Amino acid sequence: MAIDRAQVRHVARLARLALSPEEEERFAAQLGHVLEYIERLQGVDVSGVEPLTFAGDAVGGIPLREDEPRPSLPRDKVLAQAPQQDGKAFVVPRIIE
Amino acid sequence: MKTDLLPLSQISDALASGGVSPQALLEASLARIRAVDGKLHAFLRLTENEAHAAAKAAAQRRANRKPAGPLDGIPIALKDIYCMEGVETTCGSKILRGYVPPYDATVVRKLKQAGAVIVGKLNMDEFAMGSSTENSAYGPTMNPWDLSRTPGGSSGGSAAAVAARLVAGAFGTDTGGSIRQPAAMVGCVGMKPTYGRVSRYGVIAFASSLDQVGPFAQDVRGVAYLLSAVAGHDENDQTSSRRPVPDYAAALGRDVRGLRLGVPREYFGEGVAPEVEHAVRAGIERLRGLGCEVRDISLPNSPHAIATYYIVATAEASSNLARYDGVRYGYRARAGQLLEMYEKTRAEGFGAEVKRRIMLGTYALSAGYYDAYYLRAQKVRTLIRRDFDQAFATVDAVVSPTSPTTAFRLGEKLDDPLAMYLSDVYTVPVNLAGLPGISVPCGFDSKGLPVGLQLIGKPFDEETLLRMARAAEPAEHRLPPIVEDR
Amino acid sequence: MAVADFEPVIGLEVHAQLLTRSKIFCGCSTQFGAPPNTQVCPVCLGLPGALPALNSGAVEMAIKAGKAFGCRIAERSIWARKNYFYPDLPKGYQISQYELPICSGGAVPVPGLGRIGLERIHLEEDAGKNIHAEGGSEVDLNRSGVPLIEIVGKPELRSAEEASEYLKALRLSLIYLGINDGNLEEGSFRCDANVSVRRKGESKLGTRVELKNINSFRFVRQAIEYEIARQVELIEGGGKVLQETRLFDNEKGVTRAMRSKEEAHDYRYFPEPDLPPLLVSRELLDSVTVPKLPQEVVEALTAAGVSAADARTIVGDPRLVEVHRRIGGDAKRAALFVVGELARAVNEKEADLGALKFDPALVPAVWKLQDSGAISSTAAKEVLAELIRTGEAPEKIVERKGLAQVSDTAALEVVVDAVIARTPAEVEKYKAGKTNLLGFFVGQAMKELKGKGNPGALNALFKKKLG
Ligand SMILES: [Mg+2]
Ligand SMILES: [Zn+2]
Repeated sequence: MAIDRAQVRHVARLARLALSPEEEERFAAQLGHVLEYIERLQGVDVSGVEPLTFAGDAVGGIPLREDEPRPSLPRDKVLAQAPQQDGKAFVVPRIIE
Repeated sequence: MKTDLLPLSQISDALASGGVSPQALLEASLARIRAVDGKLHAFLRLTENEAHAAAKAAAQRRANRKPAGPLDGIPIALKDIYCMEGVETTCGSKILRGYVPPYDATVVRKLKQAGAVIVGKLNMDEFAMGSSTENSAYGPTMNPWDLSRTPGGSSGGSAAAVAARLVAGAFGTDTGGSIRQPAAMVGCVGMKPTYGRVSRYGVIAFASSLDQVGPFAQDVRGVAYLLSAVAGHDENDQTSSRRPVPDYAAALGRDVRGLRLGVPREYFGEGVAPEVEHAVRAGIERLRGLGCEVRDISLPNSPHAIATYYIVATAEASSNLARYDGVRYGYRARAGQLLEMYEKTRAEGFGAEVKRRIMLGTYALSAGYYDAYYLRAQKVRTLIRRDFDQAFATVDAVVSPTSPTTAFRLGEKLDDPLAMYLSDVYTVPVNLAGLPGISVPCGFDSKGLPVGLQLIGKPFDEETLLRMARAAEPAEHRLPPIVEDR
Repeated sequence: MAVADFEPVIGLEVHAQLLTRSKIFCGCSTQFGAPPNTQVCPVCLGLPGALPALNSGAVEMAIKAGKAFGCRIAERSIWARKNYFYPDLPKGYQISQYELPICSGGAVPVPGLGRIGLERIHLEEDAGKNIHAEGGSEVDLNRSGVPLIEIVGKPELRSAEEASEYLKALRLSLIYLGINDGNLEEGSFRCDANVSVRRKGESKLGTRVELKNINSFRFVRQAIEYEIARQVELIEGGGKVLQETRLFDNEKGVTRAMRSKEEAHDYRYFPEPDLPPLLVSRELLDSVTVPKLPQEVVEALTAAGVSAADARTIVGDPRLVEVHRRIGGDAKRAALFVVGELARAVNEKEADLGALKFDPALVPAVWKLQDSGAISSTAAKEVLAELIRTGEAPEKIVERKGLAQVSDTAALEVVVDAVIARTPAEVEKYKAGKTNLLGFFVGQAMKELKGKGNPGALNALFKKKLG
């Protein structure tokens, strides 16, 4: 299955990745190659087959958490890793709605 | 013989008998890292201060005859995918350069409780995406048997560190073979437990329904010790199982007589290097000689596994990696506007393979393609799992090569993503089905490179798997030249 | 304007914050009003490696809503990720439910409109908050991970007024269930509206527009009315309604297209691999009890003799229902007290429904005093007012304020005799047949008794003596 540059651009926008024209070109080729390989799944008979949505173990039931508040992180630790912050909050370029 | 060059279980015995001290083991480990890691590049960073404190505490407990367990005082290291409070954790990515988590992964917490001495963080393919450790933003790791070759991946740093005896044990993660394949490439034991056997809390996600934590050691008993320390339910990971955790080391006391071993025809023949097949078949014969009953079986949907995997794994990854946006932590590109900030941050912070997979996964989930790709892949996944369920009605474990080839050269597959993906052809079905798998060394090819034999078990039957692996492992553990050369 | 030729079709999506103590997937507190970023942890910050752990309290509250509105509760529902980028969404996806929600079907009873059908109710996590400032936007993640139910109504509403009535009924119902505080200003009850119009008689639905940011009942009406008019005008002018998301600007009273949503949304929903399917066992389902909904309480009150108007007033505030219940006894008389004395005291800030100073169970004691003649009806009103203000026992109030009635015949007789003795002229006239002078005599006696005489007893005494 071929994938053109316009599709690559669309997907890159959805994924929030800025691609250079060279990358667009290269990704279109490489993704096309991989998709061509993946195409083989279209031949598998999956009629009546349920998708495997959960890979885990249901034995013993699934325990839920009690509704009990627990301590949060101290704010200085929360903000310590932020590229930009003002002591109270994370700061990002102004959002236009 | 130097104690610190012994397999993990024997180091543990020496600690228990007082033949060696935790501090001496740590010094030996640090000395060897300084001596050879310049060539290997298994470590991304050391945690010397924490390790010294841990070794001292372990020595104290040993002196008081109150060891925390068989790992108390043993130097180990962690793939840089485990969050460790106060220690930089990058997941092999530029986007997390300098990131210091404020909390410990559950596995890290449990290892600290078990007295393990964590020496440092190990190299890996960026976000565990790769099979050669060449996708690390911090440069590749080399194979201790041949420095021009890769140690496999994505837990290549973990495998190389154990093979070169830099540490006695290590932890990696396995999403499509990322523990077993590098273990095979460097000639050590590597295990991927059943999905849900070990908590994933604090382990940076690649593909949530496939990721599993697992140990590396020179020997099977060592792997059993490491697994026992970390397995079990965790309230912070609701996909972790509540089944009780058996004493894995105790299971090794039993022999393998009468156990039925399935040989799937789809995992041999075309695509396998003849020397690899030869060594694996010899391993199977050894198991037969020990009383295993060997049967031919078929897993007809396994050939669809790679295609299935590259949809499921990339789809989940595209979502898991959305959090790297430059807002709360990690790298942020200079940008005046929000959209530009997102797009530049992620373009500059992620490497080529990660971007490729995010693109593929986003595409597979996007409007109009979901049913044809993601939904269909999850259905094929059911078929793959069903094949194994049927096989396990007649056999106790399945055996195959871990990887179709021995270690390949650095750069050999970098420009051909699909070729790289295909090196996981025998390991990927195990993740899709959520089963336990283990790779044990079973010989060498004519270039002197190790070959791994993979055993696949029933869900939560790690005990049988470890018993068989114990029977299959070589009696002597050869050291790679990089250790002997010094 | 040809609005009359068109029929609006409106469906509401309500996001209601559940009154759990901790967040839906982590242990952080849900308390409103904390300083920014002080109620966050690795999970709700979306730190690398963190995983969600579902809160059982949120599940129980969703079941409660589902049972109350007659929804089907799924034995097995699944979580899904809704993927999009926004600074207040720390993981880059919201954990929600998509294909298999916990509740489906059901209906909300709305006074005057019957039952408005529901599509579904699902559980999900809230996002944080962006605060737009000059130099940039601040991100506060305290609200990130607060549990919500999204209640998706069927497009069965036909006017802004109906939409507003539906919302009011839904809000009150959730308050009755004890799962939401109904606070629109703090954002714990939020509404998006899907609005389309079609020519009358047509069955095909028009293109719908999603309205966001409507945070009061008044704005709901304004926003929908504006949007109906806008769409009608557009169509009449030969234009076409675009399927889009519009923001209500409550200062200008208009809706406008959102600039940040220019690109078509593709949320790439897929099952959340970090959470097992949500299983609701028979035991769990049975263990969740559902209190009466407002409409049912109105019916119960009117059946007990309360007037329809009083019943609606009382039901409008669950605290009044509770006071009414605790008074006990004559439901009608209790209702009159609640909408009378109590309402007045609240109005005049002499009482706070959130922190009452008195035990409503004492109210019947005042009635008893009044009915037995121990106090007059005027005095009874005063005692009730004082009870509300102070909480003091009614007998004590009567005593302290000297409100007891004189009913003792011997004591009254002395006064009656004295009045008769000093008003011979009136006595003469009464005896001649002017019996309406009885009131005059009783009045004289009352004056003497400083208003504390039992009027009934005085009446009888004068009648007897003047024979
Ligand atoms: Mg929603
Ligand atoms: Zn939290």
